[in-house]
Parts: sequence; structure tokens; C-alpha cells
Amino acid sequence: MKQSISLRRLQKTLASGSTGRCAGRVLGARSPRSYSTHPPNARLNIPVDYSTTPLLAHTSQTALSSAELPPEVRNSTTKRMNLFQAINDALSIALTEDENVLVFGEDVAFGGVFRCTMKLAENFGGGRVFNTPLTEQGIMGFGIGLAAEGMRPVAEIQFADYVYPAFDQLVNEAAKFRYRDGSCGRSVGGLTVRMPCGGVGHGALYHSQSPESLFTHIPGLRVIMPRSPLQAKGLLLSAIRSNDPCIFMEPKILYRAAVEQVPLGPYTLPLSKAEVLKQGKDVTIISYGQPLYICSSAIQKAEQDLGISIELIDLRTVYPWDKETVFKSVQKTGRCMVVHEAMVNAGIGAEVAAAIQEHPETFIRLEAPVARVAGWSIPTPLLYEKFNFPDVARIYDNVKKLLDY
Amino acid sequence: MTARFLPRAAPRQVANFLPRGAPNFAFRAGTRAASSISQRPGSSHVSFPGAVKSAFTSDLKFALSADSPALPTYRVVDQDGNVVDQSFKPDLSDEEVVKLYKTMLTISIMDIIMFDAQRQGRLSFYMVSAGEEAISVGSASVLDKGDVVFCQYREQGVFAQRGFTLNDFMNQLFANKKDPGKGRNMPVHYGSRDLNIHTISSPLATQIPHAAGAAYGLKMQRMNDPSLPPRVVVVYFGEGAASEGDFHAALNIAATRSCPVVFICRNNGYAISTPTLEQYRGDGIASRGIGYGIDTVRVDGNDIWAVREVTKRAREMALEDGGRPILIEAMSYRVSHHSTSDDSFAYRARVEVEDWKRRDNPIARLRKYMEARGLWDESKEKEARESIRRDVLKAFSEAEREKKPPIRAMFEDVYEELTPDLKAQMGELRDHLEKYPEEYDLSEFEGGISSLRQ
Repeated sequence: MKQSISLRRLQKTLASGSTGRCAGRVLGARSPRSYSTHPPNARLNIPVDYSTTPLLAHTSQTALSSAELPPEVRNSTTKRMNLFQAINDALSIALTEDENVLVFGEDVAFGGVFRCTMKLAENFGGGRVFNTPLTEQGIMGFGIGLAAEGMRPVAEIQFADYVYPAFDQLVNEAAKFRYRDGSCGRSVGGLTVRMPCGGVGHGALYHSQSPESLFTHIPGLRVIMPRSPLQAKGLLLSAIRSNDPCIFMEPKILYRAAVEQVPLGPYTLPLSKAEVLKQGKDVTIISYGQPLYICSSAIQKAEQDLGISIELIDLRTVYPWDKETVFKSVQKTGRCMVVHEAMVNAGIGAEVAAAIQEHPETFIRLEAPVARVAGWSIPTPLLYEKFNFPDVARIYDNVKKLLDY
Repeated sequence: MTARFLPRAAPRQVANFLPRGAPNFAFRAGTRAASSISQRPGSSHVSFPGAVKSAFTSDLKFALSADSPALPTYRVVDQDGNVVDQSFKPDLSDEEVVKLYKTMLTISIMDIIMFDAQRQGRLSFYMVSAGEEAISVGSASVLDKGDVVFCQYREQGVFAQRGFTLNDFMNQLFANKKDPGKGRNMPVHYGSRDLNIHTISSPLATQIPHAAGAAYGLKMQRMNDPSLPPRVVVVYFGEGAASEGDFHAALNIAATRSCPVVFICRNNGYAISTPTLEQYRGDGIASRGIGYGIDTVRVDGNDIWAVREVTKRAREMALEDGGRPILIEAMSYRVSHHSTSDDSFAYRARVEVEDWKRRDNPIARLRKYMEARGLWDESKEKEARESIRRDVLKAFSEAEREKKPPIRAMFEDVYEELTPDLKAQMGELRDHLEKYPEEYDLSEFEGGISSLRQ
């Protein structure tokens, strides 16, 4: 019994995101876990305060002000949700509006290990929201078969770290289905694959990975990573409605940590369209998912210390990605940095940097080499996560290097 | 493979795991209330949740694989064309029997011609289905038009039986502009939307879980709209493919989700050079079905009547009680080489192959059956062979003469719409081809370079 209590606590901690950077300040005082604290004199590497970050809509007014929302939603109301609740809301809307939508995966029926599918089986029936046997290749193959017959399956892979058994199905089947069927016109565009990804403070090798760049090397797939509840809801609904197979990666550290006002009712946000989160004129920082919050903190410090202004871009869809927005920004600022958790080699940063230097009008505007701040070329080790993933200090320092070049 | 011990092992989740509506007697507030699920005093059966029907025994005895008799192989007609299942009643008119025979013969003659065409370099690749015509033609002949089919690649007979014409075969084989695959796939990777057969892909066994998912989709569609006709999904694969993880995943998921799917394994003794002794040590593929809780039958794949009877019954069973999967293992012998890239005499004796060709093959067996009933004779055989040969050659030369699809087709259908990147790359290729016109022959492609203009 003792053991099961401690396991339960472990599970709760992992699912809560109340770990590492994000809640270290709260836990640090009373928790003996050294990995969740930060140095007492740190000025840069202090935990993200999600309750004040400018990247989340803390008021209803902010949430509804986005020009991307349809008019009827902009005139509606909002509700405070965290990321898992926003995902749940989107799934619930999708299941309501289209009887062909099905939700399945390992342990989704009781609500999911991260609570994203709470109450869905109760509300929509066990025929539409159900557990599968523990087999990722089976889940993916099953989803492809459903989509091939006109259904809109939303499959869940419990952790992005466990998507590899399904890789053959994704690469050789889902991505190529429309292409090989040619004028027969069948595809598995109805397929959406959700998977929690990214660091969580103590996920180590197999509960931390961000394999997005592996998917971006597969023609035929759309790869999406939201940064916030409002965005997650709109992008997930877009992915489910999209007629291309979509990989939807959810930064699990944000499931509980990121809370904002989310418009009620259905709305979508555009795929393959980046969002300029903050205008600036001296440096462009490009990122997606959770590191955007770190970037935002670093930008505040750098602007304050160095008297510059930095533009922050959220790619949102990492493939096919919005080159135009990025080129336009870099042409303006002349300096650019890409930030992501996944290892630097052949990561999203490599593609973005290569595209920038390859684009004649952007290349001639560069005043410094494109910087990449990303995970080192190692697996994600338990004890060393804080030295591996981009943090405020590394981003801050790279801004200085870009300016000093 | 996965060690998701952190969230997975939490017992609280197991409590929440029970189906809604099921009496939730087992758990309360995270405490395991073991009394009602565990053993009652004096009980003769285990109440472990993992095997609820298991009786206790005080004999320590391993179930020895060698002790289980091999599952029998069902046949209707023996090697000499005599009916051995006395309960069997043919359900086809004489004309229909002859038609089935001619379909098998067509496949077999097309195979010989196309194999040679590949040898002459007129085709990049080919795979014959010699020895397995009865499995594909026979099973397809009892399916409904609306049933959805997934193939591996040695099921030309399924296509032919469902209405794929010789022109359809040839257009795909020559990858001309009439090929629905737009020249993207290797030869023999056929597909047809009209015939409800999904396009073949090379990776083995990937189609097996697709079939389970598709079957679940059909089941849900009919639940949403009961006016739809009941349909099943049928999926074909070889005994070699059954060693892939996708086979395991598919059968298990089809059983747990009660999917109306018929799995048809063509066990022809070889996976390229690998004999079944190196493929598995159990009783073929059929014995595995039972392990997944799937009703299973083994059938003589050289007996088209047996294949038809078994498939017909399997289809009915798959639709009973809301749906369930059925496994058919059809035994045969791969008379031919694996493909045009294979010389099978490198790993098996020529005499063995010749023996199978002579002793028993599905076409000869149906012919004997027909001859015994006066439906067929040597002159009809000769006439049929000649006319089929003419038809194949006609379709062959027509398809060979057709132009190739437009070059633009290489960029299309990756996504629903061309992405900005793909449009740019198409322009880049166009500029390049214009700059180096001598380096490429565009003449055989429909529209030449013009298809690359936006």
C-alpha cells in the first residue's frame, strides 16, 4: 500500500507539471527534491510565472481580441482552462459536431493519464471513445484503416517517446496513402495523432522527448505544436478537420501549468501559419511550444538590460511551416535565433536556419549567423535536464552574442 | 517495449478503468476492495481478472505445443476433382463455374506473359500468383461488392474477380497516364476505389491493422445509419507477413473491438527464400487465431470450392452479434519465383516445384471437377487459353503505347493541396528542365514540360 501511494504521488506529479521550472518556487520551500529548485541568487533562470506571462490570455478581453477568431466567437464568452481542459474541450466539440470522430488509445476511456479525455467516454459512449490494447503500431494502423474508410479518428500515443513502434505506419502508410492512391482519391486525411511531448523536469529518457523533427522529414504529414490552451483548442480542431494526417504534439508540462481564458464554442486557428507574439526590430526569436515562455522571459531581461527590442515568433505548425512570416521578420531585424528542446542536430532549427540563408532577400539582410539554442546532442538524462534544455540564461547570452557579432 | 511505469502503474487509475455501468465493486477511494473479485472459498475456478475461466489444477503440467494436434485442413474437392464433403451443394450455375475457372486461367496466363515481359525489360518488375489463384478468386467470389478489401500483392485474382479488367492491370503495370496511381507505384501495386480495394503498398503486414480499423469504421457507420447494408473488411497476407508485429497488433485489436473483419492468410510455404520452418514453430498461422480469441479455420487453398465455402461462412460469422473477426488460413504452395527479382531454384529444388505444379494446383483441380461434369474439355481449354492470350496481348500493347502521366503528378497528392514549398519546387524543376533540355527525355510524359507551369 505504501508503495502504491508513492507511485500515485509520482504519477500526479508527472501529470501536473508542478515540477521543475514552473513550480519550483512553490515546491522549493517545502519539497526536499533538489531538482525542482533554482539557485537563490539567479536573476535569469527563475521559473516561468505562468500567471503573469504575456503569452497567456489572462483576461477574457485579451482572449477574444485575436483577429484570427471568427466574429461570433469574438463576441462570445470565455472560460479559464488549463491545457488539458482545452484539449478536452476541443475533443468534446469535435465528437459533438461530427459523428465520424472517434477518440482512442491506451487508457483514454477513464479520462487518460493526463486527463485530456475526461468524461468523453461517458458523454459519447464506449463505441466512440475507447481503450485499445497496448500497441502503438496497432493504434496507428487501426486509425489509418478508420480514416481510409472516411472516419475522423483522433488517436492518442501516451507519450511521444513511444511513437516509434508506430513509425512505419506513420511514415510508410499514413503519409503516403493519398499519394499512392492517386486518382482513386482516397486518403487518411481524417487522421489526427495526439501525443504529449517535451520535458517535464524529471521525465528522463522516455518521458521527455520531442520527436517533431522526425515527422517533419516525412512528406504528407502536418506537424503541429501548440503553446497554450487557447491555441491548443483552435489548432486541435483545425487538425481534426484537416484533410491531411496531422501529428498534434502537446507539451505535457503545460497541461496544468498554462491556464488562460479560452473562448467557448468551436473555433479553429490556421495551420501552417506562424504567429508574431511580440514585435521587435533588433533580433527575431523563433520557437514553438513550451520554450516560448522561456524565450519570453529572456526577452524581458534582454530588452531591459540591453535597450533593444526583440521579435518573438511562434511557428505553431512546424511542418509545412510558415516561411513567409519568418523571412519577413528576419529581413527586418537581421538577427535570428531558433529555440527548441529537441536536440540541435537536424532539428527544426536546422531547417529554419537553412531556409533563411537560402532565401536571397533574407540572406543579404543577415548581420550575424543564425543561432540555434536547443537541446544538446544527447538523450534527455534525468539529472541534467536543466543543463540540457534551453533556459533563460542561454537564450539571453545568445541574444548578446548575436548583437556582439 | 514500453515501460510507462510512472503513470501506468498507479492503482487509482486501474480503479477508474472499469467500464462505465459495470458494477464498480472492486475499488473505493483508491483502496483495493479485493473481496468480491478474488477467490471465493471452495471455488474451482480462478477469479484473476486476466483469465476468469481458468480452473485450478494441482497437477504441474506445461501445455506442450507438440501435444496439440495440428488443426485440420478443410476441403470439398480432392486432387482428382471428386467431391469429398458430402454435405456440399454447389451454389453456382454451370456458366458461373466456367467463369470462375476462366478468371483463374486469365490471371495465370497474364502472369506468364508479364513475367516474360519483365525478363525482356519491357516492365520494371512483376510478381506472379501461380498456385494461389483459387485463394484469391474463390474468396473474392463470395464477397459483397461493398465489402472493403486490403491486399498484400499476390492477389491479382481478387482484383480480377471483383471486376478489374486486363486494361486496368496493364495500365498500372506500365505506369501510363491511365494508371490511377499516376505512375508513382511499382508494378503490381494495384488499387481501385470502384471495386473497394485499397491500393497495395510494399511494407508487409501494415494493411492488417488497417483492415481492423476499416472494419470498425464500417461497423460505426452502420450503427449511425442502420439503413446501410452490412459490410465486412477482408484482408490478405502471406504467412511470412504474419511474423510482423502488425499482424499481432491487428488480430488483438480486432478481437478486443469486435471488428467485422476476415483475415485471410495465404500460407504458401515460403517467404522469398525462407521456408515456414524458419518462419514459425507453431501449427501454422491458424493456431494463433485461437490465442487471440478469434474463430479460425484452415482450408485447402488449392480447392476453390472449399475456399468459397469457408469465406462465405466467415463473412456471415463476422457480421453476427455486432461483428467479430475471423481468421482463415489457406494452405497452398508458391509454385513460382517470389518475384522477377528472385530465382527460387537458389533455395529449393526444381523437382519440388515441378511436383507441385503437376500433382496439385488449383486450376487443374477445378478443371478436373468441370470435366467430370461435362462442363469442360480439351478443345474448350485450348480455345479459352488462346482467346485469353490474345486479350492479354491486346491490353498489353495498348497500355505500352499510352503516354506516361504528366510530370506534375510527382508533386501532387502529397497533401490535399500543393503547399507553397511544393509549388516553388515544381517551378525550380521546370526552370532546370528548360535550362538543360538535352539532358532529359520528356517526350513520353503527357504534356511535356507544360504540366509544370502553374
